[in-house]
Amino acid sequence: MTTSTTSRLTLRTLALAYLVALLAVPVLMILWRTFEPGFGAFWESIRTPAAISAMNLTLLIVAIVVPLNVVFGVTTALALVRGSFRGKGFIEAVVDLPFAVSPVVVGVSLIMLWGVGGWFGGVEHLGFRVIFGLPGMVIATIFVTLPFVVREVEPVLVEIGTEQEQAAATLGASGWQTFWRITLPAMRWGLTYGVVLTIARSLGEFGAVTMVSSNFPGISQTLTLLVNSRYIDDQNTYGAYAAATLLMGLAVVTLLLMTLLDRKRSTT
Amino acid sequence: MPPARGTRAPGGRSLQVGLVVTWLSVIVLLPLAALTAKSFAGGVSGFWDAVTAPTALAALRVTILVSVAVALLNAVMGTLIAWVLVRDDFPGKKVVNVLIDLPFALPTIVASIVLLSLYGPDSPVGIHINATRWGLVVALAFVTLPFVVRSVQPVLLEADREVEQAAASLGASGPTTFRRIVLPTLAPAIISGTGLAFARAIGEYGSVVLIGGNIPRETQVASQYIQQAIEIDQPVNAAAVSVTLLAIAFVTLFVLRVAAGRGRRREEEVR
Repeated sequence: MTTSTTSRLTLRTLALAYLVALLAVPVLMILWRTFEPGFGAFWESIRTPAAISAMNLTLLIVAIVVPLNVVFGVTTALALVRGSFRGKGFIEAVVDLPFAVSPVVVGVSLIMLWGVGGWFGGVEHLGFRVIFGLPGMVIATIFVTLPFVVREVEPVLVEIGTEQEQAAATLGASGWQTFWRITLPAMRWGLTYGVVLTIARSLGEFGAVTMVSSNFPGISQTLTLLVNSRYIDDQNTYGAYAAATLLMGLAVVTLLLMTLLDRKRSTT
Repeated sequence: MPPARGTRAPGGRSLQVGLVVTWLSVIVLLPLAALTAKSFAGGVSGFWDAVTAPTALAALRVTILVSVAVALLNAVMGTLIAWVLVRDDFPGKKVVNVLIDLPFALPTIVASIVLLSLYGPDSPVGIHINATRWGLVVALAFVTLPFVVRSVQPVLLEADREVEQAAASLGASGPTTFRRIVLPTLAPAIISGTGLAFARAIGEYGSVVLIGGNIPRETQVASQYIQQAIEIDQPVNAAAVSVTLLAIAFVTLFVLRVAAGRGRRREEEVR
């Protein structure tokens, strides 16, 4: 379509104005508000005991969720791509399910299963507290991040096919050897991309985690819960801005990694 | 693809499938089953009463109203942005292109704070939209921005520009060419992006929790209603509204999948 210069400029202005008002100005605004009192104030605000504990809890959850998602995500992808069994279409649909479920609904579902009076509520008597404890936050995070690794690894597995694996097996490699030497190296970029997506979502999950956390400052608050409670409960607007800026920094690092990996993935 | 002989999966195939099924059941299926069971704890009438309670119904209505508005806004602005990113050229275009993904990378609660710092109580530009439906629209437009842009962009990149040039040379004006040639090509991508944005918007919580105000019957959305129902210990109400939200999301995604399948079939027939 040959658009005249004026209409092209009009469209460009409209699109950019929308992005500036919705994205750019709000993001710059919060950066300005965070760093206007100086970097020291920001540093102090994210080094309070509650903030450090929130940071540690968030990282702990990421450290538990990522390995679990890698192991089960790769297993699921292998089963879906290489296996042929009844109900495969159903499994495919279940893997995508978390994308369609609201984070709050995830939290409520977990309460209905693991909470007091829930189907698995009995585990609490065994001293294993899921809801209002760390396991609940971990399970909630796994729920919302479950599709990432599977969906990033699957297309890679389809593409590499089975020829190399068969060759390795012919040469006498065991199943595990083939997996470590052939399959895993071949899918490394897809897997890395899935892991980055998982980390980003785990760092930032709020709705599902807030439903299953007891939300005590210094004990069971993640970074996102800290942002919320500083703004709402403590009326500490600056503290909320500072914590949000910290999270935003982590998100931007993720975004840059994603862009880099995307390039790597398409060239190798 | 049948499993080839000699490529035994580590641990054996049936063990692998069993593991996958157990994992998915414990993490995804059982919680959702428990949720559904709870929502019908008082029978079908109990479910109906919970969903049609005035505040629940109002929350669902606000959610759908605002989500439809946001989806339509996305359909227009998302297509426009995709167009500008593909067909236009200006300094800084690459940066803008990366920026589009920011809402997906940004935690939703941060989106809330970010928008509040500009449009909230101490707004430096004098725009106060917190605790209004406009606040909800802005928050949801923020988190759903990438859907339409990212689904239209690749289609636009691959679109055959010769047809457009032919239309123009036959005397069609810019808008006519767009309406008759470009839009039909883009329509499936726009619809799919818009549908995904809608499905995301109805369940959104983090980005609206601070800016929405949570005023019952005014700005309280379904996810906030659910959260509150849990807090005041009305699990059946929370579960029933949750199941309703799930049902709306599933129907939306199902319709999209059917539409996409039909579009693909039609394309194949043309070929």
